[in-house]
Amino acid sequence: MNKIFERSLYPYHRHPDQDAADPAHHPVVIIGAGPVGLCAAIDLAQRNIPVVIVDDNDKVSFGSRAICFAKRTLEICDRLGVGDQLVEKGVQWNLGKVFFDQRKVYEFNLLAEDGHQRPAFINLQQYYVEVYLFERLKALQDASAPIDIRGKTKVTELRQTDSHATLCLNTPDGSYEILVDWVLACDGANSPTRQMLGLDFVGRVFEDNFLIADVTMEANFPTERWFWFDPPFNKGQSALLHKQPDGVWRIDLQLGWDIDKEEEKKPENVLPRLKAMLGEEVKFDLDWVSIYTFQCRRMERFVHNRVIFAGDSAHQVSPFGARGANSGIQDVDNLCWKLTAVIKGEAPKTLLESYNSERVFAADENIMNSTRSTDFITPKSDISRLFRDAVLELSEHHAFARPLVNSGRLSLPSYYAQSDYFGTDIETLPNISRPGAPCPDVRLDDGRFLLQTLSDGFSLLLLNLSVEQIASKGSFAFNLILLDTRIGHNQKLGERYLGNAQSAIYLIRPDQYIAARWTEFKKATIKNALSAALGQEL
Amino acid sequence: MNTLNLQPNFTDGDEFYERLLNAHEGLIKEESDALNARLIILLANHIGDLNVLDQAIILAKGKGS
Repeated sequence: MNKIFERSLYPYHRHPDQDAADPAHHPVVIIGAGPVGLCAAIDLAQRNIPVVIVDDNDKVSFGSRAICFAKRTLEICDRLGVGDQLVEKGVQWNLGKVFFDQRKVYEFNLLAEDGHQRPAFINLQQYYVEVYLFERLKALQDASAPIDIRGKTKVTELRQTDSHATLCLNTPDGSYEILVDWVLACDGANSPTRQMLGLDFVGRVFEDNFLIADVTMEANFPTERWFWFDPPFNKGQSALLHKQPDGVWRIDLQLGWDIDKEEEKKPENVLPRLKAMLGEEVKFDLDWVSIYTFQCRRMERFVHNRVIFAGDSAHQVSPFGARGANSGIQDVDNLCWKLTAVIKGEAPKTLLESYNSERVFAADENIMNSTRSTDFITPKSDISRLFRDAVLELSEHHAFARPLVNSGRLSLPSYYAQSDYFGTDIETLPNISRPGAPCPDVRLDDGRFLLQTLSDGFSLLLLNLSVEQIASKGSFAFNLILLDTRIGHNQKLGERYLGNAQSAIYLIRPDQYIAARWTEFKKATIKNALSAALGQEL
Repeated sequence: MNTLNLQPNFTDGDEFYERLLNAHEGLIKEESDALNARLIILLANHIGDLNVLDQAIILAKGKGS
């Protein structure tokens, strides 16, 4: 059978740029057509910014790779027009089981918080996500969006000045150059772009190897997440079993640092390990095996003049907590509206500094969380293992110890720190929706969800204010959302956005983050907050 | 902010000390270490307050380390 990740999706075609007398000039080039690059391309194209995507391959990623897509990512994908497909195809699970040595120590049920359109996360192979994103991109292209995907095209040289970058592109037909205003480097953990610029990762914290396998099983394993600490079939290490669509199971086996990768990948070494884990009698097919080596580290800065890094090229985390693809997609969610505003002349170039500071902050948070999980899963000293085992022992009989068991903390969006880009908070309003917070979703009385009412631009959410009150202040260039929580309406909305206040006004950024909020409607303060969010001088 | 209680607080200090030693009676080093670790986690949860726990960690670490 021809597997989805073996098909050529965007085969190489000779492009007119290759025969141009002078190098062609493009506003944005995205390097890398992985989930992060594809999301960036869709986001920019939806904002009418012409994009060129180059990738040295012409297929989706090989093997399942990133398999957990968190709620915030799904919300972003809704904005990009692929949320429904991901959720329909993805596997949802609630029950997790934790094993220690020979026995199950406890199980937990992830009950999602009420009032959100999307689940806490879904399991879905990265190649499906890429296929859906690619199809969306093609649909936009068919509707004449300015999108240009160039397969088998490798960036071999990058030079930049303050005004633009020059890329040398290598193809099966030879090389050519193009000029670019902005380069988005979404080219993964080993980012050739980063290397070409002579930039490297800082803060290497941790190294380990994991054997990752996709197996198709006929067995009746339930749709649950099973995590083993120090199991008999992988002594002193850890293991994870997770369900994906199509009867495919994902198995992660920790191998330790000092191993022979090529040896461990051989089927004669992999199969006995899997049989010891799944049981001798279980029939399975091995679809894909890889050895995953990871570090926890990030670039010092994500913005380097005309070259902007996003996703794994900018930061790398351990796989625990699914913070790789999820944080990369949140990077471009943060970046694309800002870059659009800069390109359209609506914001100064310095606005990109807020991308740098906000996503560096998020990367540090992700690195902190995944490092903590890593320390728990793979203790690096005798005393570390002693406490880890003590927690696991206690967790079998005592609920209090279970929150300490750390097999990965669910990827959640960052609450950005107070900065000049956000308004001063009014602390009487609920903390969950403070400036710098991602908008909490809410189901409205009319059946819609709050996030569905937001637009690709700035929105102004007005709670318990009348149309007349707003109209008397003149016109606004916002998407206005007027909602009422009085007389028993929209109760959850009131809880999450009003608290004890009578009325509230929220300025919401295009990436669904709260820029500022007030309890009284004053046009001048709203205008100032918008200018601040766009990085304009007041 | 809650502060770590450094005044005598045991209902019966001598009795506690004896029971602590008795609990370790007959254990090999690894078992004793594991018991101590479980004990710390249990007591830490009882205290709960991160500020208080942090003060205890700093005090226990002492000046020399």
